[in-house]
Amino acid sequence: MKLKAGIIGSGNIGTDLMYKIERSKYLEMSVMIGIDPDSDGLKRAKDRGVTVIDNGIEGFLKNPGLADILFDATTAKAHYKHHEVLTKLNKKIVDLTPAAIGPFVVPPVNLKEELDAPDVNMVTCGGQATIPIVHAIHRVVPVEYAEIVATVASKSAGPGTRANIDEFTRTTARAIEKVGGAKKGKAIIILNPAEPPIIMRDTIHALVEEAGKEEEIIRSIKTMVEEVQTYVPGYRLRSEPMFDGKKVSVFLEVEGAGDYFPPYSGNLDIMTASAVKVGEELAKRQTSAIS
Amino acid sequence: MTITAKIHLVDVTLRDGSHAMKHAFTIEQVKEVAKGLDEAGIEYFEVSHGDGLGGSSLQYGFSKVNEMELIAAAAEVCKNAKVSVLLLPGIGVKEDLEEAVKAGAKMVRVATHVTEADVAKQHIELGRKLGLKTVGFLMMAHMAPVEKLVEQAKLFESYGAEIVYVTDSAGTLLPHEVKERVSALREALSCEIGFHGHNNLSLAMANSIAAVEAGATYIDGSLRCLGAGSGNTQTEVMVAVFERLGYETGIRLYPIMDVANEVVAKFMPRPQEITGSSLIMGYSGVYSSFLLHTQDAAKKFSVDERDILVELGKRKAVGGQEDFIYDIAAQLAKKKTAETIT
Repeated sequence: MKLKAGIIGSGNIGTDLMYKIERSKYLEMSVMIGIDPDSDGLKRAKDRGVTVIDNGIEGFLKNPGLADILFDATTAKAHYKHHEVLTKLNKKIVDLTPAAIGPFVVPPVNLKEELDAPDVNMVTCGGQATIPIVHAIHRVVPVEYAEIVATVASKSAGPGTRANIDEFTRTTARAIEKVGGAKKGKAIIILNPAEPPIIMRDTIHALVEEAGKEEEIIRSIKTMVEEVQTYVPGYRLRSEPMFDGKKVSVFLEVEGAGDYFPPYSGNLDIMTASAVKVGEELAKRQTSAIS
Repeated sequence: MTITAKIHLVDVTLRDGSHAMKHAFTIEQVKEVAKGLDEAGIEYFEVSHGDGLGGSSLQYGFSKVNEMELIAAAAEVCKNAKVSVLLLPGIGVKEDLEEAVKAGAKMVRVATHVTEADVAKQHIELGRKLGLKTVGFLMMAHMAPVEKLVEQAKLFESYGAEIVYVTDSAGTLLPHEVKERVSALREALSCEIGFHGHNNLSLAMANSIAAVEAGATYIDGSLRCLGAGSGNTQTEVMVAVFERLGYETGIRLYPIMDVANEVVAKFMPRPQEITGSSLIMGYSGVYSSFLLHTQDAAKKFSVDERDILVELGKRKAVGGQEDFIYDIAAQLAKKKTAETIT
């Protein structure tokens, strides 16, 4: 039995999510909730036979049976309100906004630990791409400091990210510490307008407590990369990790699945793919609890 | 010809020079330079990590001394001169700016790549709210057509920037290209226009003259050219040249020469010459602060630094992508090994 999924927000992220949920073995794409009947996302949902609500969360509250789990791809401000009304109805929420009311989840690191929370937050695209690597290093040698640099194509940074670029930096840094395990975290984001657009690139620099253990670190990183590839096939190392004393540098690129976004937008793809992964895990748990 | 009598020279030795110093400025060095600049009559000078507030990192190099302490030390010794700070959204955050203001900063320059001005809206607005002289800084100005530059400069002006800069981060623009860009901004904007040059092609002074003649009123320079790549337009030289051209800078020549030669020259790690690498940066349009990182990467991977720079230019790297240097060096090394084996 599949769990009924709803998406709030019919923008880029919400629309890409729809395609991924449709392919899921554990989730059923049940309802798309937007506020603009003319949006491309709502039109596409309608064309695909998905139930569409065009008056926002109010519309959903009139028919709350349409979904058991809701993916919120709106804004932080809207999420506060959605959180309030949806948790009252005992709906599970996967939050893709920067609101971060619930705990951060990065699937290959702490998915199972946080599933009981009514609302989980997906950090940022840069966080989803890099925190697995910080953790992979940290589980071998404790990480004193980790810094990530996410370079994304200008075209794949939407108006929300642009207007609130500090939120990306701050939230990612916080999650590098909380989820990745680093004592101190820092995040940098760079937008590159080159044409054709560049594939998302991520670099992780970490300072570990002691030098050595290079082979174990490399092995741990490669295992982690394979794990992420199970839900983001275009996630890969660009070169072998580099070591310089206590410093470890890892170079990645993330190519998207090309659902709604073009493949260069690995940043957006890893966000939606990670959210679906969380949704599927929730679905597995709930359906096994019923049976 | 009518001449704009008054122009403002902004000295960036203590910020752009941070790249050449591998971000190792000390409190004493900063105080000495600040005092000298103040005595010479400089109105604004910049103190920050080379990559702006919050730039201290593995990616760009850690600051030896926390930049907030450097800003406070600089502000403390000045009677008239005011401290400016640089902020690159995506690297630094609004809290960094608030902290810098507490340390004594009076001007902020918010820098974005030439096509990305919209990430700076919040930071420009904050600068104005905090009562700072607020500047928009369009980096790598050679990478966009003039119409795009104008469009982005207008965004900065609409957010509240009082000055918008044409920033030749790669030291690659030629004088007629500077003139074309500054003239276009002069025509389209009502705020003041600035120019920030790098001397990779030995054109920083000529470009600064072209900028002023086209209507720019704020020009950046560094003492003894202490800046990224081959450095910036030499501040003390500008004082002499603009005086001869009939412009009023308010800066006295001997005192500015003294701080350049008696203070800055004494701690410079190497002369700011146009070397093979900085020439290639100017030639292929590469961000000037990549210079020392490229040299390190070339050594580590035993490849020619010029090959790395040319490749960075081809791949259209933008400011801040220092990690790309090592990535490319590794790829070039791999290619080299493959060629040797076959």
